[in-house]
Amino acid sequence: MMARLSQFRLKGLLFLAIAVFAVPLFISNPFHYGLATQIALIAGAVVGLNLLVGFAGQISLGHAGFFGLGAYFSAIMTSTYGWSAIPALIVGAIVVAIIAWVVGRPILRLKGHYLSMATLAVGFIIAIILNNEREITGGPDGMPVPPFDVFGWELSAFGQYSLFGMDISGDLAWYLFAGVVLLAAVWLAQNLIDSPIGRALRSVHGSEVAASVVGVNTAKYKSLVFVISAVYASVMGALYGHFQGFITPSVASFDFSILLITMVVLGGMGSTIGVIIGAVVLELLPQLLADFQEMEMVLFGLILMLTMIFMPKGLLPTATNLLAKRRSKSAGGDA
Amino acid sequence: MFSEFLQYLFTGITIGATYALIALGFTLIYNASHVINFAQGEFLMIGGMATVSLTAMGVPMLLAIVLAVVLAGVLGIALQRLAIAPARNADVVTLIIITIGASIFIRGLAQLVWGKEYHVMPNFSSDEPIQIFGAVLNTQSLWVLGVGAVLVAVLVYFFTRTLTGKAILATSMNKDAARLVGIRTQVVLMLAFMVSALLGSIAGIVVAPITFTSYDIGIILGLKGFVAAAIGGLGSGVGAVVGGLALGVVEAMAAGYLSSDYKDAVAFSMILVVLFFMPRGLFGAKIVERV
Repeated sequence: MMARLSQFRLKGLLFLAIAVFAVPLFISNPFHYGLATQIALIAGAVVGLNLLVGFAGQISLGHAGFFGLGAYFSAIMTSTYGWSAIPALIVGAIVVAIIAWVVGRPILRLKGHYLSMATLAVGFIIAIILNNEREITGGPDGMPVPPFDVFGWELSAFGQYSLFGMDISGDLAWYLFAGVVLLAAVWLAQNLIDSPIGRALRSVHGSEVAASVVGVNTAKYKSLVFVISAVYASVMGALYGHFQGFITPSVASFDFSILLITMVVLGGMGSTIGVIIGAVVLELLPQLLADFQEMEMVLFGLILMLTMIFMPKGLLPTATNLLAKRRSKSAGGDA
Repeated sequence: MFSEFLQYLFTGITIGATYALIALGFTLIYNASHVINFAQGEFLMIGGMATVSLTAMGVPMLLAIVLAVVLAGVLGIALQRLAIAPARNADVVTLIIITIGASIFIRGLAQLVWGKEYHVMPNFSSDEPIQIFGAVLNTQSLWVLGVGAVLVAVLVYFFTRTLTGKAILATSMNKDAARLVGIRTQVVLMLAFMVSALLGSIAGIVVAPITFTSYDIGIILGLKGFVAAAIGGLGSGVGAVVGGLALGVVEAMAAGYLSSDYKDAVAFSMILVVLFFMPRGLFGAKIVERV
């Protein structure tokens, strides 16, 4: 059973790697590369959020706060203080981890809607601070972010690079980099899920009382996964800032928090590949709906509602369920 | 000094009364179905916007208000029948996303029909504010407080004296038992959404002359109502009213004495502090987890 499970997980990672590296075969213009890079980075944050929501069963309606903190920490350190991108990203992740731990301990005691409320409040407070500390963050107008650099070598969407003797544009380079980061994020998440920590988390999701009765320190594991998911968001936020070259407090907004959790739920809670599909769908949908102009909002809301009503388990679990049912007509299609 | 304090208090109680009405709407739906309805704020928006646009078309004010409230009520029923009922076995998070989808959908429709501009609604009575100990009180504030008090009284009467109200209470306490004594729980759920929408739209109408109204006003008002309901303790009617008023007053004081940029941060910090000491809000029921 476990062997089959991990085999499936490896297959998932392989499938994802093929998908990531096949994308450049189908697109060529800078706008599409930009969109694909953005999706890959946001999907990385969503994979982290899924650890909290899908595996530990804890709701966060304020996760963009950590994404925004990571983005702003890197932006401020690299532009105002002249740090290099990687130390800024790492120190930022540590700072966010500490904040998440301090905040997480008390609020993760809360249950259900009270936890949603508390995480929503934390996200809002972060967004309000980023909006108002104009001298440090540039306020609502946002601030520029220098390109991502490694030991003096810069990665910019406008640059030209050569890889294995091939000339590649900056857009493509950024996309490949984001794709590799996403694969690493997924690989780490899969390992975590298969570790004793992952099993402890799933037991918390199943029944917190039962988990604590069999000796799982539920408070510790919930804080731990909250910190891990916040670090995911922070790292992806930092890279997102470098990629965009400019950030505004909207990266920490309530709307973005809602978008992140919607990606998790729509794609399929608890399925790493599923939530990535959720991110792809919810990032592409507005692009497809843009042609409908003022109808965009109505259609987006309608599609979101209908999908969740008819596929409450999410896109991927529903699809695999259907496939499994078709394969074996006998009963037992347990999600 | 005192007049300043009084001024902030007036502002706080007025907006607090609005929050209390939104929180009551949350409470009603939460009690009946355990759903947190993120589309609650849209009922306020519909109330205000429909009234403004109907009066602009020449419909008399009172009739416009009645029509707007009826429209919101129909919307509440539609929300329950078409979006919540088909998904009643879904996860909590899934239900949250469904109500968020519904709120985006309603907001999108409102934007299509009424555009993106801010709309102004005239005060119900005199534009001349009342002076009390050097503080000014807008006459519309009195309308908000008066209508709020009447609505609370009506709700108390409805839930303690009428069979329908008691049926909703019974369903919220134990759905299966309610069904066994012959209560049609699906109808009750529908009623809860309708009453909640009526409450929301009336709140939206009385507060519109103070806050103005636009298609996207429901988001932040709805969230503040959720905060108020959580401060008071989800499911508690008294909690919703106390939470709403407390939130309004704290917000107004923070805006006046600290900084208006950070008044929302103070509101959200308040909920964190309350939940830190009382994980189920001020009046929330103690829930015993069944294993």
